[in-house]
Formats: sequence, structure tokens, C-alpha cells
Amino acid sequence: MKILVAVKRVVDYNVKVRVKADNSGVDLANVKMSMNPFCEIAVEEAVRLKEQGVATEIVVVSIGPSTAQEQLRTALALGADRAILVESAEDLTSLAVAKLLKAVVDKEQPQLVILGKQAIDSDNNQTGQMLAALSGYGQGTFASKVDISGDSVAVTREVDGGAQTVSLKLPAIVTTDLRLNEPRYASLPNIMKAKKKPLEVVTAHALGVSTASTHSTVKVEAPAARSAGIKVKSVAELVEKLKNEAKVI
Amino acid sequence: MTILVIADYSTDQQDNKVLAPATLNTVVAAVKIGGDIHVLVAGTFVGAVAEAAAKIAGVAKVLVADNAAYANLLPENVAPLVASLVIEQQTIYSHVLASATSNGKNILPRVAAQLDVDQISEIISVESADTFKRPIYAGNAIATVQSNAAVKVITVRATGFDPVSAEGGSAAVETVAVAHDAGISSFVGEELAKSDRPELTAAKIVVSGGRGMQNGDNFKHLYALADKLGAAVGASRAAVDAGFVPNDMQVGQTGKIVAPQLYIAVGISGAIQHLAGMKDSKVIVAINKDEEAPIFQVADYGLVADLFEAIPEFEKLV
Repeated sequence: MKILVAVKRVVDYNVKVRVKADNSGVDLANVKMSMNPFCEIAVEEAVRLKEQGVATEIVVVSIGPSTAQEQLRTALALGADRAILVESAEDLTSLAVAKLLKAVVDKEQPQLVILGKQAIDSDNNQTGQMLAALSGYGQGTFASKVDISGDSVAVTREVDGGAQTVSLKLPAIVTTDLRLNEPRYASLPNIMKAKKKPLEVVTAHALGVSTASTHSTVKVEAPAARSAGIKVKSVAELVEKLKNEAKVI
Repeated sequence: MTILVIADYSTDQQDNKVLAPATLNTVVAAVKIGGDIHVLVAGTFVGAVAEAAAKIAGVAKVLVADNAAYANLLPENVAPLVASLVIEQQTIYSHVLASATSNGKNILPRVAAQLDVDQISEIISVESADTFKRPIYAGNAIATVQSNAAVKVITVRATGFDPVSAEGGSAAVETVAVAHDAGISSFVGEELAKSDRPELTAAKIVVSGGRGMQNGDNFKHLYALADKLGAAVGASRAAVDAGFVPNDMQVGQTGKIVAPQLYIAVGISGAIQHLAGMKDSKVIVAINKDEEAPIFQVADYGLVADLFEAIPEFEKLV
């Protein structure tokens, strides 16, 4: 079966972003960019399914600027077979991304689409669910285990109270949570090999999808700063402060 | 303007369905938007949830969709139900709200896509009926977002809104007969954590452990302290990834977001993604033997100490 994996280029998770002085957004100039951590887990899961003989082909897709080719090459080095970049310089909403992915799904006809549960920049947690809705597929979000058998997939999901398992008819959409797997690192020979793997670039416009948004960002501000308090010297002093000063116990 | 709130609920140890506390916070967000508030309860055997929803102060009407297709809130079936209610009543519903719980986050984007509108995730404040604030970049920036969608689809972060009273309302309860069964998904089972302690996101005091706990067995020290304080117990991602405790205890950007009166971080260094999940707590205590740990930069009270000595002493003194 064919698996489609969607990846996003985002600010590296180690970077502490700063809000621009004009409150128009966060400053991403000269900031290290990487593959969204949840997307790395999505790529890893697809590669493992291929190694197990469940998947036959892994197509990786990204929607974003031309520089997102770097993240696609990373995915190819990790084991994806070919890549598609849907190039768009615009700041797209999750719905727009889901519509573009739906166009790719229509063309590629994968049996399984794996995405990260959220991107660590916009923190939306929407795209997989929206793609599932637009495709009419079942969704296994926040997955900690993916088990394919026959024409269905059992997905164990991390939920508020613990874990839940659902069974979905294929084709289906899976979004990854942290405990699904531990992504590998790309080896140097695989990084070299990835340079020769096919990477197709199409424009969002060419897919005939409207990316108009129903919302706009008015401003972006830094959060209220929380200042460091005091250091106490002993547990007794801590308990005294919590009882008499903070009055919380 | 009428706002449709999707009720979330969980199953307790006696197998009863209980309205999720986060629904009370979401109703507050709806009150701030302004207008009549309808609450949708979908599932099977949800009579008690509907009764509880009808009592929430400020709720005008409760819609009950009791059908096997909606059991376990499968999004493939519940999303078309919500979308159909909005489309059929489009002159009425201006907003659809759900709590940013695992159910809300699972269902609502599917609703938004079916209605062809963008969703605004995890709002922490209502500026006006069409403008909201939400954290981005793990809470390192706060975006103000304005929506011109005919129907505004929004998830609500519970910690941004003080809960409304669960008593005092007497909403009319109506049945929704429509059944949507996409037939593409089914519930297999669940393993829910059993605990007599308060629920993490609703607790007034939270005691959390990190990598410094060293192993899962050592969490017993935190449980003992938590039981003395009537607190819930959480954990950092490092502790969950290391297998000390299950995932439902994780506090952080991608785990649970908490804002208790008192948050006690034990053996937690204070990674950005952990801070994103707890920095709105009223009072933060950090206990860590590394005095350089970033957690001390957000703590009101910091204690540099060996937690294995400090926690038992703490337990004795309260």
C-alpha cells in the first residue's frame, strides 16, 4: 500500500521565538528551521511500516515556501521514496493546507495518510482532522500505536483519560502523538542518496484550490512575563510561605 | 446570536457518564461572546450529562442526540451531526464552541472543514464576538485573531476562563432525532487511568514530577504529598517519555494545560514546552537540586534541595 506523509517546515523546537516590535508576528529572520517534531514521528512511522512490508511506497508532501525542500530532502533521507512540494509563499490556514492536501490525496490515492497532530508554530491541531473531513475518511488522531490489518487500521490514541483504540476503514488519516515512536537520524549515505530521489514542485494555484481565509491575525504580542520569585532555604520556610503569604494551602 | 456548545463528558469508575468540567469554562467563553447558549450532548446513555448541562447557569437549551452512532463521540459521526445542526439552523448559530479537550480537538476541526470555515484553536480570551486571543509557539506569543466566518468555529482552553456555576440553570431539554453514521470507524476499547485524586485540569493544586524522580516507583512520594494536599499529580514530558508514568499525566504544550492555584514542580528542569502547560498557575513552587534549572525563573518560591529529602518533609509539615 501507498502511504502519504505530510510534513511542515517550522521554527526549530529549541528556538525561543521573539515577537516583532511592530506586533505583526514573530521574528523568523536568521532563525533555525526544522521539520516539525510530530511530522518526524509521522515519517518514522511510515518508514517502519515499509520496513515491515506493510507499505510499498512512501510519498512525502509539504506545503510551504521553496525552502521546505530541505525538510522534504530530510524525509527522503529518512526513507521516503519521493517528495512533492506544493509551493506557496502565503501564510496558509490549516483549512487551506487541508484542501491542498486533499488535492494531493485525490491524485496519489494513498491508503493511509500520516500527519503530525499539530505544528509547533501555529499550535492549531486541525489539519489532519480537516483532511479527514474533506476526504470522507476516518481519523485516528493523537496516535500512540498504529496497527494495519487487511482493509482496516487500529489506532490507539492518547486521550485525556488514558488511551482509546478505534478501528478505521482504509483509506484513513492518522495524526501522530509523541509516544508513537522515536524517530531515527538520517545516515550520511542516506542523505547523499536522498539528493537523487525525485522531488516534484507544483504550485498551490496549479492544484486549483482556493486558499482564501475566513480569519486574519490582528496582532501578535509577547505573553505577560512571569518574574522569578524568591528562593526559600528550607521546606519549613516553604510551607510557612504557602500557608501565610500565598495562602494556597 | 446563538452559540452552540458541544458538551464533553467522560466515563467514571462506576461506568457513569459525567459532564467534563471543561464544559463549564467553555460556557463562560460563550457567555462572554454573548447571545443564547445551546449545549449539544451526543452519545448513548447520556441522560445524566444532559441533566447536568441543563443546570449550568446561562444555558438556554440542551439538545440531546441519543444514538449509538454517537457513542464515544466518534468524530466521523458527530461532526456531520454538528454541521447539520448548524446548516439547518443557519439563521441561528453564529458560533460553535468546544472545549480544547481530546474530544473537542478531535471533533471540531472536522466540523469546521465540513462548514468550510477556518477554526480558531484554544482561545484564552474573548475580545469581542469575532475577535479572540490564542497562544502560538508554545505560548511564547499571543495572537489576536479576527474571524469573518458566518459561523465561527472555536475551541476553548479551559484555563483562560473561570468556570461558570454548575447549578442554577434550568434549560429546556430537546431531542435531536437525526442520525449520522458514516460507517467508517468504530470504537474498540479504552484503558482509562483509575484514580481517586482530582482531575488534573480541574484540580486546585497540582504536584508534578520530572526526570529528577528517577523512576516510576518514586512517584509514590508525590502521591503521598498530593493526597495530603488534595492535589492532582502531573508529570513532565521527560518523565512520561522515560516511562515513569502514563501519558495522561503529561503537563505541557502537547499534553494537558493546567492553571491551578498552586503548582508544585518537583525535579522538573522547566523546558519551554512544559512551561507552556503550567505557567498560568497562580502560585508556582519549584523543588530542584540544580539551582540553575530554568524552572526557577518562573517559580514564586524556589527550593534548591534533594527532592527525596524535601518531599517527605513537605508531606509531614502539611
